[in-house]
Amino acid sequence: MELVAAVIVAFLLLAGALFALVAAIGIVRLPDLYSRMHAASKAGTVGSGLLLLAVGVHSQELSILARALAGFLFFVLTAPIAAHLLARAAHKAGHRLTPPSVRDELMKDQTGRRSYKTKG
Amino acid sequence: MIAASIVSAATMVALGILGLAFLLTVYRVVVGPTLPDRVLALDMLVAVAIGFIAVIAIKTGFTLYIDIAISLGLVGFLATVAFARFILTHGTSDGKERLASPTITAEGGLKPAAGKKPRKDGRRKKGGQ
Repeated sequence: MELVAAVIVAFLLLAGALFALVAAIGIVRLPDLYSRMHAASKAGTVGSGLLLLAVGVHSQELSILARALAGFLFFVLTAPIAAHLLARAAHKAGHRLTPPSVRDELMKDQTGRRSYKTKG
Repeated sequence: MIAASIVSAATMVALGILGLAFLLTVYRVVVGPTLPDRVLALDMLVAVAIGFIAVIAIKTGFTLYIDIAISLGLVGFLATVAFARFILTHGTSDGKERLASPTITAEGGLKPAAGKKPRKDGRRKKGGQ
């Protein structure tokens, strides 16, 4: 039983660390702010969340496991909000998409609004 | 005995991988061409630091570190929100972004031209009124 718990904890530790490494490689390799954001806010959140879950399983107490799950839930809730705020602020500040990306719906939306405003 | 050695070996490997991820993210903070890239990399640094805290909590046995990790996540979220507000208010005054935007409007082709015609019509109407 103890061996099973240790194997689960080791698996969670290695999986979380590898997710964080994948997120860091994505931040370095990807060409654009908006594509780097995919790597950072998804893989990075899952990486730190799995490491917290490993602490909860390793302690084998219900209160600490509940605390680790609460931390994981908090990160999962706040990471998309932070990424969305940062992407929207960067887009409004004038940072555009790089050429491999196909279309920019927000910019089309802005030009449409401007034309409507001048019409009315 | 075997279980403890498995967990300690996994913590050492996880610390090594997290250190590599930390260094890669620091490279993006130093190199990153624009301010939002650096803010994103700082957010990722907070996530890696939370991972470090969790691994140290397993290694030392102090489970109180989980509370520190949660509060660090809260601080990192608030810092990212504050940086986003800062970019929103002060980000347009750079010269690089003004150079970058006309190339993409030139690539957009028809749509900006279609957007400009109603503006001229609107101005004429306002002038007529």
